[in-house]
Amino acid sequence: MLIKRPFDLTDNDVTDNDVTDYTLYQRRRDFLKTLGGIALIGASGLPLSAAAKSAFSTDEEQTPFDDITTYNNFYEFGTDKSDPAQYASIMKTSPWSVTVDGECAKPGKLNLEDILKPHSKEDRIYRLRCVEGWSMVIPWLGFPLADLLKRFEPTSKAKYVSFETLFDPEQMPGQKRNVLDWPYAEGLRMDEAMHPLSFIATGLYGKDLLNQNGAPLRLVVPWKYGFKSIKSIVRISFVEEQPDTSWGRSAPGEYGFYSNVNPEVDHPRWSQRKERRIGEFRKRDTLMFNGYAEQVASLYSGLDLRKNY
Amino acid sequence: MRAQTAVQIREPYFTKVFKPVVFALALLPLALLGWGVWQDTLGANPIETITRSLGEWTLRFLLLTLLLSTLRRATGWVQGIRLRRMLGLFAFFYGVLHFLSYLWLDQFFDWAEIWYDIVERPFITVGMLAFVLMTPLALTSFKAAIRKLGRNWQRLHTLIYPLAVLGVLHFWWLADSKARTEVPLIYAVLLAILLGERLWRWSVPRFSKTPVTH
Repeated sequence: MLIKRPFDLTDNDVTDNDVTDYTLYQRRRDFLKTLGGIALIGASGLPLSAAAKSAFSTDEEQTPFDDITTYNNFYEFGTDKSDPAQYASIMKTSPWSVTVDGECAKPGKLNLEDILKPHSKEDRIYRLRCVEGWSMVIPWLGFPLADLLKRFEPTSKAKYVSFETLFDPEQMPGQKRNVLDWPYAEGLRMDEAMHPLSFIATGLYGKDLLNQNGAPLRLVVPWKYGFKSIKSIVRISFVEEQPDTSWGRSAPGEYGFYSNVNPEVDHPRWSQRKERRIGEFRKRDTLMFNGYAEQVASLYSGLDLRKNY
Repeated sequence: MRAQTAVQIREPYFTKVFKPVVFALALLPLALLGWGVWQDTLGANPIETITRSLGEWTLRFLLLTLLLSTLRRATGWVQGIRLRRMLGLFAFFYGVLHFLSYLWLDQFFDWAEIWYDIVERPFITVGMLAFVLMTPLALTSFKAAIRKLGRNWQRLHTLIYPLAVLGVLHFWWLADSKARTEVPLIYAVLLAILLGERLWRWSVPRFSKTPVTH
């Protein structure tokens, strides 16, 4: 049972981190007690952020900062979950520039400052569901992707938008091995990209994004499996045809272009019906579109989601 | 090739010191996992860490068990064979824990989901099959069973070959196409060496009896 305790929202002395540590403590105790056969105590339902929340934010319990920043898939730094936290600091995120090209009126190469300048940041507490069957709740900081894309004035020919991660094996030692088709590439249909839930994150828990989480800027598409949310973006291209993605090239039978969270469509090697929320003992049911069906289901009306997985 | 005579450990030390030390070392991975749970050092997803670690130790003990006979043939260290049952049982022990951690920690005895998993996921099917094949070997490891089964005991225990292959395959398919096959590859190579050695010894005398005709 989720016990919600009222929390004084005006008490700004409590920072995110103070509360995070408590959650981490609580989480460990939950796990130990359960393992010890002692009754599972109710997960703490303390709201963690005192900041104003977007209407899209969930009020579910947030995953501790330490877990979000040490349990990552970012193969550019190694295939183990702990590799990114260990090696990602090698990557230089300043200076950083993003190339924008393709079907748009204002292509160009922008440095990070110019990308960020016009946007005011907001909190977005989103669920993140990994295709491997685990999930987190992450308080991102950033701005809507649509606001960024509109600045480049995409033409009517722009049906899709594709993204690329930095390719530099000196800064990303995992790229010295051929585990994926580098640079990492992902894409969205234009209407998906312009959806108000699609988000560019530059921070989490009120701090700048750490490299292992995709600094200096990354995509967040909360109704799709985590790998769609490309990290450390250096290129944005507006294109007419559905772009290739790294995972699509590597294993097309397992990782489709859409990759919407869908408990009805299994991954060939594991069921997608359930997920383990990081820090929790029991698995929970996975929700259609990761619980964002109300907002995004209309994007896919008339599309066979079994075929277009 | 005749086996060289390896250094043998003096008898009282072997039974009174060496064997108990190996036994204690074999329990160490479990102790470390227990310590990790207690100290919360198993990372963000401790259940995954526990399940995977127990699975890997199952494979390691299987390979160690196979290694002992190879060592005897290669070096003449006959005493090693007397560790074989213990290490084989440790493979089963970690296999049982791995299986339990899957049933309990991972699936929480959700039998419908488990059944679905076994039927639908080839890597689970293969892992489950390997576990099933291990069970009769563990159950017939005591002296009375060995005596009673006679020659059939030997035949039964050749199951270790297919089950070790299934175990490696189980690990391989888990990692496959997520580009994480380096570690499973190491197990596959080690197993290929151990099985290759047996195949080679088995085939060479036969070939030498009859002249090669092709």
